[in-house]
Amino acid sequence: MATTAAARAQARLAYGLVAPATCLLLLIYVLPIAVVIAMSFTDYTLVSDYYEFVGFENYSKMLEEEAFRNALWNTFIYAAFLMPLAFGLGLVIAIAIQERQQFRSILEVLYFLPVTATLTAMALVWAALMDSRQGVLNGTLELVGIPGLNWLGSEGLVLFSLAIISLWALVGFNMVLFLAGLTAIPKSLYDAAAVDGADGAVDKFLRVTWPMLGPTAMFVAVTNSITAFKIFDTVAVLTQGGPNRASEVYLYLAYLEGFEYFNMGYSAALSLVFLVIIFAFALLQALVIDRKVHY
Amino acid sequence: MADIPSTAAAPALPFSLWRKRMWFHAGTAALFLGGWIMVFPFVWLVSSSLKPTDEVFDADFSLIPRTFAGWENYTKVLFEQPYLIFLMNSFIVCAGILVVQLLTAVPAAYALAKLKFRGSTILFGAVLAGITIPINVTSIPIYVGIVRVGLLDTYVAMMFPFFISVFAIFLFRQFFKTFPDSIIQAARVDGFTEIEIILRLIVPSAVPAIAAFSVFSFVAHWNDLYWPLIVVTSQDKMTATLSMLQYQSAFDNDYGGAFAAATVITAPMVVAFLFARRLFIRGITMTGVKG
Amino acid sequence: MAELTLTDIRKSFGETDVLKGISLHIADGEFVSLVGQSGCGKSTLLRIIAGLDAPDAGEIRIDGAAVTELPPKMRNIAMVFQDYALYPHMSVAENLAMPLIMARLSLGARLPLMRFVSPKHKAARPGILADVERVARQLRIDHLLDRRPAQLSGGQRQRVALGRALVRDPKLFLMDEPLSNLDAKLRVQVRKDIAELHATSGLTFVYVTHDQTEAMTMSNRVALMQGGAFLQVGTPNALYTQPEKLDVARFIGSPEINVLPGEITDGRVHLAGRALDLSASAMGPVQIGLRPEALAVADAPGLIFPAELDREHLTELPFKKRLLEDLGPEIVLHGHFAQYPEVDIRIRAQKSSRFRHDGPLMNRVDLHVLIDPDTLLVFDATGARLATTTLNRQIEGVA
Repeated sequence: MATTAAARAQARLAYGLVAPATCLLLLIYVLPIAVVIAMSFTDYTLVSDYYEFVGFENYSKMLEEEAFRNALWNTFIYAAFLMPLAFGLGLVIAIAIQERQQFRSILEVLYFLPVTATLTAMALVWAALMDSRQGVLNGTLELVGIPGLNWLGSEGLVLFSLAIISLWALVGFNMVLFLAGLTAIPKSLYDAAAVDGADGAVDKFLRVTWPMLGPTAMFVAVTNSITAFKIFDTVAVLTQGGPNRASEVYLYLAYLEGFEYFNMGYSAALSLVFLVIIFAFALLQALVIDRKVHY
Repeated sequence: MADIPSTAAAPALPFSLWRKRMWFHAGTAALFLGGWIMVFPFVWLVSSSLKPTDEVFDADFSLIPRTFAGWENYTKVLFEQPYLIFLMNSFIVCAGILVVQLLTAVPAAYALAKLKFRGSTILFGAVLAGITIPINVTSIPIYVGIVRVGLLDTYVAMMFPFFISVFAIFLFRQFFKTFPDSIIQAARVDGFTEIEIILRLIVPSAVPAIAAFSVFSFVAHWNDLYWPLIVVTSQDKMTATLSMLQYQSAFDNDYGGAFAAATVITAPMVVAFLFARRLFIRGITMTGVKG
Repeated sequence: MAELTLTDIRKSFGETDVLKGISLHIADGEFVSLVGQSGCGKSTLLRIIAGLDAPDAGEIRIDGAAVTELPPKMRNIAMVFQDYALYPHMSVAENLAMPLIMARLSLGARLPLMRFVSPKHKAARPGILADVERVARQLRIDHLLDRRPAQLSGGQRQRVALGRALVRDPKLFLMDEPLSNLDAKLRVQVRKDIAELHATSGLTFVYVTHDQTEAMTMSNRVALMQGGAFLQVGTPNALYTQPEKLDVARFIGSPEINVLPGEITDGRVHLAGRALDLSASAMGPVQIGLRPEALAVADAPGLIFPAELDREHLTELPFKKRLLEDLGPEIVLHGHFAQYPEVDIRIRAQKSSRFRHDGPLMNRVDLHVLIDPDTLLVFDATGARLATTTLNRQIEGVA
């Protein structure tokens, strides 16, 4: 009887400990998700309290509407440009730093600094650097005889310019993750590879580094896709989706629909689609993390 | 690995070795060039914040200001404009969020890790599911709720969606799991109450994880633009990050002042990073997802 | 088949001199162990022989050809690492094939996916597979070829590491503490396997270990290292019976050698105030080393009296027993001589069939221990061994 009494006391204590977290979890996650789902089937706007259930109209609207396709496409182009570069550069820089341990601290600081910085403020700097008439970037280009570009002002270029800013802010982040992965590779594997004949840069990379880095690489790739898909800040500060909606990315569209046009129902539907995509990435990540360890 | 050059200058190096060393040094040079590109925006920012407006976009750019206007720019930003209030708002919001997050997450994580109770599996499942849900998804109902209770444009509204960090619960639970049961049992035998066990054994052992999470949380909310943009409507509650947006939209052609403001806003996180490099790197890369 | 010559190898890391001018010749087919405590430089020396580290000065020759500047792959060596360094992402077969792929295929032909495309890769493949299977059978791991290293036991991993070293016919076999990750029982087994491998292959082996038993049991010669230099190089027997320094005598042999203070006066070695039948030319205080088996307990029923002890020359000293350890065929007695209460003494003796656990030896504390001057090792104050001659008591008696 004593054990059940003790178990009951432990359970009582546990409920006390989880009570605040559980209440907040209900208020901040469970209830809002339920409301978002419900709202996505209505034409609710904040402006009037009157609303109707409209079934799947919000979702079918998405398929028809040009703005939705445009936003999805913009996000995709931006990510397709950003992700390979952030991945490749992060990896190359990490390998190069790993071979130069004497400079590791200083290089780590230099490359990681943009990750900590407030992107909203630094975006102003980038806008100035990318200024089409007086910016340093075009100044440098013209110095070597290349005509200046209208980085943030041209429809064809604006997504790439935003990707360059994100690249600047993301490379150091990937580098740190790759460095952690590299440090975990036993040194004796490289010795064994050298004795076996794999002592060139290509062989070392293909036979040891890359396979040993596989789990880290997948982790970086998946989390980068989530990061890329969530682009919002630089668009909000620098372009507001312009010029001519050329940089209207997914979250910015959802923000506009919800908080500028107050099409809450439609915006809720957009949010849910966003969640499904993020969930898919997270699932991929969970599957990858599961088969992570060799030994 | 064997190609790290030794300091001893060996005469008549074989050509292959010599070539290897040249590549090595070229790589080092390239790394530092890249590093310079990474910090250049910061250098440019500080430099421009010290210049008078007409010099910022001068045709022949120089890092050293020809006319030093740093004093005017910074006094204006700090004393004539409300940037100190913006910084203060950011700080209050970040600190408030962090305190509530820790107060709710640590006990819940301990219960999930070490105590048996019915519903723990469901709760933990909800926590795991919550990790993947960003604020962008739940923002509409939370905003509507805040409007309904009339809390728009208050500190509470700015902090509320972040009062619980499911990530913190998950992280701390994993950490507490590794804490040996035998020590907890020994403490119970020694007469510790459960609260004492948490405060005097568990929390001190989790200091590294708590510190890393604190950095993560603070940096994330300091740099957040999305939520303040939605719930802040007045100058009084404007955060540092949000003020940058205002600057951009109403560019008043005071470039020197604008960049002095940007410097003031960027500085706290950058300086803190330089002082606690390891902790920052660990904290910020903890989730894998940046921003 | 190879001989290895090291000439004045020097290496320092920053301020620390790790190797202080090492010279050694290893003959074709020889098994040489580098032994010493951690930090003595033995692993660094092995890595320099392998080409994984470059020496600051000195020369390495394999079969007469200077290889000092050559990378590891061009030295035709094989190496077994302490943690085996198996590639965790490759199967056993792939691990074994790795050195062959590297040696037999060009960079272009061994790039990923080239095995489906490159004719050279296709042509080399059967030969590589055949060699892998041959070595796997030889080491009795042919049933494990599809497994990953993580799925293998410690002993199996160890054999895969041996196989990877063996597969491409190296001239020189280098091993860095290969037994240290195995449990005691397996260690004895693998020790035997390695000794057999050496005997059947006829290859030259250089073996690094901190365990003197491993070195003594497997080697033709043992090179004992301390502080980046050799203390003594010789056969296991020479190191045991003719150590040149007290440190050598202390390192080799288990239980450890007993060391007592003594003195040389009038050309005779004195221990505990007694003149031993041992003469030496030096003068002054000395350190006297007594192997645990060179001491015999007088009048001890149940113990075999060592046959080689010469009863004529023995000196008897009173001994206080503290502890008796029964090791099965033999016992180890712990205690001290009455004259040297502060020096712990270990005595090893063979049990006879009359040994009883309730026998008289168990209960007695006061014993008499016999010392044969012939088996003594005498060292001067600096630890260098002194030459001694056993006196012939009968002749002395006549004189």
